[in-house]
Amino acid sequence: MKLELIGITKRFGSLVANDSIDLVVEPGQVHSLLGENGAGKSTLMNVLYGLYDPTEGEIRVDDEPVTFKGPGDAMAAGIGMVHQHFMLVPVFTVAENVALGNETTKAGGMLNLQETRARIRQISDQYGFDVDPDAVVEDLPVGVQQRVEIIKALVRDAEVLILDEPTAVLTPKETDELLGIMAQLKADGKSIVFISHKLREVKAVSDVITVIRRGKVVGTADPGAPTTELASLMVGRSVSLTLDKQPATPGDVTFRVRDLTVQAANGQRVVDGLSFDVAQGEILAIAGVQGNGQTELTEAIMGLQDHVSGSITLGGEELVGRSVKDIIRAGVGFVPEDRSVEGLVGTFSVAENLILNRYDDAPFARGLSMSPSAIEKNADEKIAEYDVRTQSASAAAGTLSGGNQQKVVMAREFSRPLKLFIASQPTRGVDVGSIEFLHRRIVAERDGGTPVIIVSTELDEVLELADRIAVLYRGRLMGIVPGAVSRDVLGLMMAGMPADEALAQAHDVQGGNL
Amino acid sequence: MSTATTARVSDGTAVRSWKNPIILSVVALLALLVFALGAPGNDVTFRLSEEGDPVVLPSIVVSAPVIGWIAALAMLALAVLAILRTRSGQKVPTWVPAVFAVLFLIAFLTWVVGSARTPNVALYGLLAGSVTLAVPLIFGSLSGVLCERSGVVNIAIEGQLLFGAFAAAVAASLSGSALVGLVAAAVAGVLVSLVLAVFSIRYVVNQVIVGVVLNVLVSGLTGFLFSAVLSEDAERWNSPPRLPVIEIPLLADIPVIGPILFQQTIVGYLMYVAVAVVYVALYHSRWGLRTRAVGEHPKAADTLGVNVNRMRFLNVLLAGVVAGIGGSFFTLVAVSGFGRDMTAGQGYIALAALIFGRWNPIGAFFAALLFGFATNLSNVLSLLGTPVPDQFLRMLPYVVTVFAVAGLVGRSRAPGASGIPYIKG
Repeated sequence: MKLELIGITKRFGSLVANDSIDLVVEPGQVHSLLGENGAGKSTLMNVLYGLYDPTEGEIRVDDEPVTFKGPGDAMAAGIGMVHQHFMLVPVFTVAENVALGNETTKAGGMLNLQETRARIRQISDQYGFDVDPDAVVEDLPVGVQQRVEIIKALVRDAEVLILDEPTAVLTPKETDELLGIMAQLKADGKSIVFISHKLREVKAVSDVITVIRRGKVVGTADPGAPTTELASLMVGRSVSLTLDKQPATPGDVTFRVRDLTVQAANGQRVVDGLSFDVAQGEILAIAGVQGNGQTELTEAIMGLQDHVSGSITLGGEELVGRSVKDIIRAGVGFVPEDRSVEGLVGTFSVAENLILNRYDDAPFARGLSMSPSAIEKNADEKIAEYDVRTQSASAAAGTLSGGNQQKVVMAREFSRPLKLFIASQPTRGVDVGSIEFLHRRIVAERDGGTPVIIVSTELDEVLELADRIAVLYRGRLMGIVPGAVSRDVLGLMMAGMPADEALAQAHDVQGGNL
Repeated sequence: MSTATTARVSDGTAVRSWKNPIILSVVALLALLVFALGAPGNDVTFRLSEEGDPVVLPSIVVSAPVIGWIAALAMLALAVLAILRTRSGQKVPTWVPAVFAVLFLIAFLTWVVGSARTPNVALYGLLAGSVTLAVPLIFGSLSGVLCERSGVVNIAIEGQLLFGAFAAAVAASLSGSALVGLVAAAVAGVLVSLVLAVFSIRYVVNQVIVGVVLNVLVSGLTGFLFSAVLSEDAERWNSPPRLPVIEIPLLADIPVIGPILFQQTIVGYLMYVAVAVVYVALYHSRWGLRTRAVGEHPKAADTLGVNVNRMRFLNVLLAGVVAGIGGSFFTLVAVSGFGRDMTAGQGYIALAALIFGRWNPIGAFFAALLFGFATNLSNVLSLLGTPVPDQFLRMLPYVVTVFAVAGLVGRSRAPGASGIPYIKG
């Protein structure tokens, strides 16, 4: 099936998310859409899938113009979509999820799940998915959930599959498996639209690459093009992808975690017996697939979690059991993973957000009142120092772009002397240009002698920043490895293999034993 | 991030909970103290049938202290078992609290009836009365199931019941036909639902607030009409004929079960039908799959071409039919005529039954039966003359409700999107 988008424009009020975009997806082709977060890739795909009406432009299927009033029409035309956040009902079985909206029924509208199960088994066998139709979706690993999404599209006879940032939630091994599945689908004559900002993956699977920047197509590229060329096309200027940082010169160990266990409300140990140290002037990266206890670990250090046992000491002082304010006072700086919800108060001004951790200290507080002039002065300094792109210091923080919001959070946390700095997903959803800046700033903090903990699910970021890497899997520590370790080792550890076994196995692979 | 993509963390290392063993031990000790040591010395008679019934069963006569001691010791044994299992890190089997509850109930009944002036109770009457009292609760909680499963919180069950009761009384009085009253009750329930649906789905007003406002509105409206119109000429407006009890030949004569299942009014039979139909449809039909999907993850349903808000609208209206019919019970079955605020908070108890029954029609049915049983027991006991003060007995259903909803039987999990309006885009 040939799919064409001609002059698609989508406006939200005054914001132009897509600006007359042309795109042709030929049958049996993997067509990658490369662009930064917020470039308009997902908007374009939601237009294509009938979730948004285009403001202007036309969609053609096999040279016939079509209009989609909703996802139902798009599916009927043979378009299937795997959303970035899966559209699966967690408490339903695989079969129920696949049947939904496309039910085969017996008399009286009664479900005939037998037939759906048979279809799932058939597709599962054909592509080697290994999916049990009667498993409950919420009990399945993320990688398998993604295959359920693909099955949903295939059951509806999709000829074009849209995969929206499909690798964001996968382990490296699962990513490889997905790339394999994409190759199989392509061999069967299906077309795939692959949306990503990860250059390596895009280069590995694409036949054609279209680069989108600020809602416009800025060019097409050959998958063989060098990574730096793709990156600069995506960002709009040349970027250096490697951070040249000096080797760490670790000092004394001032931050210690011993037997840290965090229980969730249902009694599960989401962090399970962690022990590690961080020295002054070193970056410890915590790697792992999303949802393996990283959030709970950082929140436990900050005093944001109940049911914490074990010990966390900073410079000999125990942090467990103390209030968040005490912990901040002890010199801990924290960049939470979701800046728009936890890092900032979106309706507050940039200036106010910049003093959220020091609002009751001089010079910002004078007795019971605030000092607007001091707050303003501080804001002007920070905005200049961190190059925050905002209309003014009094603009609401929620109106800033992701990268600029993150700069505000970082500026606030670095605005006082720190004894420990923790950043969760410091560059998620941040444009490449800002990533560079934020990374340099974090390394500068390290070089100033602060122990730094970076939590990231992006392997590139982990490898870039880390002096040592700790891998979490199901709340347990799989081991701590040097920062220069290979991706393969990290991939195995992220899938639950202890460090020593992972190192041994990766060594075997390189030796050609597999 | 949606729940669907949250990776599951660390299963199998769940920390053991001492909640169950502790509750069981405390209750078992109380039972020992009250039901065994404090048992009345006399025999207790449970009648299974009356003289003159087609089939006469002998009464069960037991000695109160014997039953008290046996039950209390058995409960203690179960509590010890629970402690041992928990200490060794194993799960307490689910049959333990179930058997414990049954033992407790037997011991309690024996003790409380034994302490009465007349230690003699008609067991079949106690059960049949419970079912009768549970009828409006069951209809109400089914209405809640239909709404909440599709993602709309229905606090307005009370208003639906009350308006149903009012409409049934007036329509049946004017027409002289109880069946017309039944239909009018359903229509009245739909009217309340329509307001709920329009405001909560179309205008995205907070669903709890709309529900509460509707209850107050219906209470005020029916109260006003009652005093302004119905009381003025009760003969014309408020003297509905009652629905006749339809006995099914032969089956109605079966002892104990007969009066419960086969001597009902049309509303009673409709209740059994409704529970079965809603259950089967919810879990085995296309409508049910879509309903549950829009209540759990509406966006997912939308991306598969299901019209979320239309689905919700239809379910809320359907819930109105169910609750309206439940309301007719008050004026066409229980008593003949409408009284101000006569539903007396039963809609809220129905809501509790819905939660206790874990948003499942069958679960809600049994939860409502339990509440009906508690109400009926307090009625029967005050007739028998127990030493327990009447006020405490009348608290019984509400105490049971509080414990039930507080999660005595484990956490229940509401539909994922219940109470959250769906806005596209």
